[in-house]
Amino acid sequence: MADIKKVATRESYGNALVEVGKENPNVVVLDADLAAATKTGVFKKAFPDRHIDCGIAECNMTGIAAGLSLAGKIPFMSSFAMFAAGRAFEQVRNSIGYPHLNVKIGATHAGITVGEDGASHQCNEDIALMRTIPGMVVMCPADDIEAKAAVHAAVEYEGPVYIRFGRAAVPVINDNPDYKFEIGKGTILREGTDVTIVATGICVDSALGAAELLAKDGISAEVINICTIKPLDEELIINSAKKTGKVVTAEEHSVIGGLGSAVCDALCKSFPAPVCKIGMQDIFGESGSAAALVEKYKLDAKGVYEQVKEFLA
Amino acid sequence: MTNLELQKTANEVRKGIVTGVHAAKAGHPGGSLSAADIYTYLYFEEMNIDPKDPKKADRDRFVLSKGHTAPGLYSTLANRGYFPVEDLVTLRKLGSYLQGHPCMQHVPGVDMSSGSLGQGISVACGIALGAKMSNADYRVYTLLGDGEIQEGQVWEASMFAGHRKLDNLCVIVDNNGLQIDGKVEDVCSPYPIDKKFEAFNFHVINLDDAHDFDKIRAAFKEARETKGMPTAIIAHSLKGKGVSFMEGNADWHGKAPNDEEYAVAMADLEKIAQQFA
Repeated sequence: MADIKKVATRESYGNALVEVGKENPNVVVLDADLAAATKTGVFKKAFPDRHIDCGIAECNMTGIAAGLSLAGKIPFMSSFAMFAAGRAFEQVRNSIGYPHLNVKIGATHAGITVGEDGASHQCNEDIALMRTIPGMVVMCPADDIEAKAAVHAAVEYEGPVYIRFGRAAVPVINDNPDYKFEIGKGTILREGTDVTIVATGICVDSALGAAELLAKDGISAEVINICTIKPLDEELIINSAKKTGKVVTAEEHSVIGGLGSAVCDALCKSFPAPVCKIGMQDIFGESGSAAALVEKYKLDAKGVYEQVKEFLA
Repeated sequence: MTNLELQKTANEVRKGIVTGVHAAKAGHPGGSLSAADIYTYLYFEEMNIDPKDPKKADRDRFVLSKGHTAPGLYSTLANRGYFPVEDLVTLRKLGSYLQGHPCMQHVPGVDMSSGSLGQGISVACGIALGAKMSNADYRVYTLLGDGEIQEGQVWEASMFAGHRKLDNLCVIVDNNGLQIDGKVEDVCSPYPIDKKFEAFNFHVINLDDAHDFDKIRAAFKEARETKGMPTAIIAHSLKGKGVSFMEGNADWHGKAPNDEEYAVAMADLEKIAQQFA
């Protein structure tokens, strides 16, 4: 296991932007003085005339992106999740969501794996905020391959899209020749019969690790990777819940309003099942290394394993 | 159009504003009336637009950043032929395409949805930048309120426009001096407005009478001929212009006339129409 390739999804974002930039001359990229961190620098280098640095003014950047889409461009506006979804929420809602404009929001540094910067920059609320905007697609890729696929899919899709990327390097788990990506489709990564673990982002790898540990205890866990939180692959989740009868959600996000809530929304309509929501339990994060934080807040494989065990007990 | 034709048209636009807001029993007549001559000049003289082809690619764009004065925009669009003038009485009613604030999906001729203050100017900057990136030569106009410029985003956008030298962008500030809570200088003074835009690298035009079509014409010509920097027209206007009891009165920022008041308002405007006859 020592040789597992690790890539931060923000790196994947920058690299994918170069790919889509080559394919489509209308793709333009916006930043708010964070190009070095959002990893869009590679796009800026490849297409200097199509990279627009708006300075430290995220609300204005949101409007600039909206205007560029009205002028026929496909803008990717980039910033930290805290500022793209948090600070500029109302601009995203009114200048992009309400007119349903073809703007893509690339939000990096989501969740607690921001690490040392601490709670002010650790956005655990963005999925909740973005889900509430009618017509907004919300994606949270699990690894390099999925992150790149999400960017490509966003270009093909006509309408507003929010994609969440992380700062810390995460294992590549989708590196297989059969991998296919479609907006709104989840994937069963491991079949099981006793419990369903629905995970997104960095927690997909944690869920797979937890499933290994559970197997040693004789518990068969089904692991579902949900990249698109909205629209949610409800059928996949409900069918799995019907099989296992118990559902755990795992996300690097508040348990209020994120994947866990979306899964509960889906289940309560047609198959109410007990759900354990793993995530940030209505608390702010703190400074520390990404690894230490993930361990402390029980979002790593061991943390997920322990919480599943407790839930099933 | 001659000035007389523009004056007659602006008066019809004002009738449509008052009629729409009266029928809706809500809405924003004051700032719609103060900007009626600007609206009229833009849509009947200045902008390259075609009511029969509202989405034509090379049209000039207009973003109503002060979206609450939708009654002014709607009345102008209706009088210009984008949709029937009779529909103005459906303003703000359930099922009407004439939403309380502009909605681009539903209203022919509306280039951008707006209503939340401070955002339209950013969008206008984005369109102007997009035009330049595509080597398109259409122009972008955006109308702001003088209360609206208290929003910080206006100055983020202005910094961007100046930095990017968006000379295809024309910002108009309807400086009628009043906002909901009173005089702008009493609430939180935005003055000096001209110096602020100058500091953000705009070419600034002080339009000292935004109801004088000679002066309006000269201002927009100067804006069009300005190269290398965006233009801000500070349009000194009278809130409620044309309706005696609404003029200069902040109470009519966002209130509809009752039936009696409506009759007086229409009589006022009819009297003005007769002066032009």
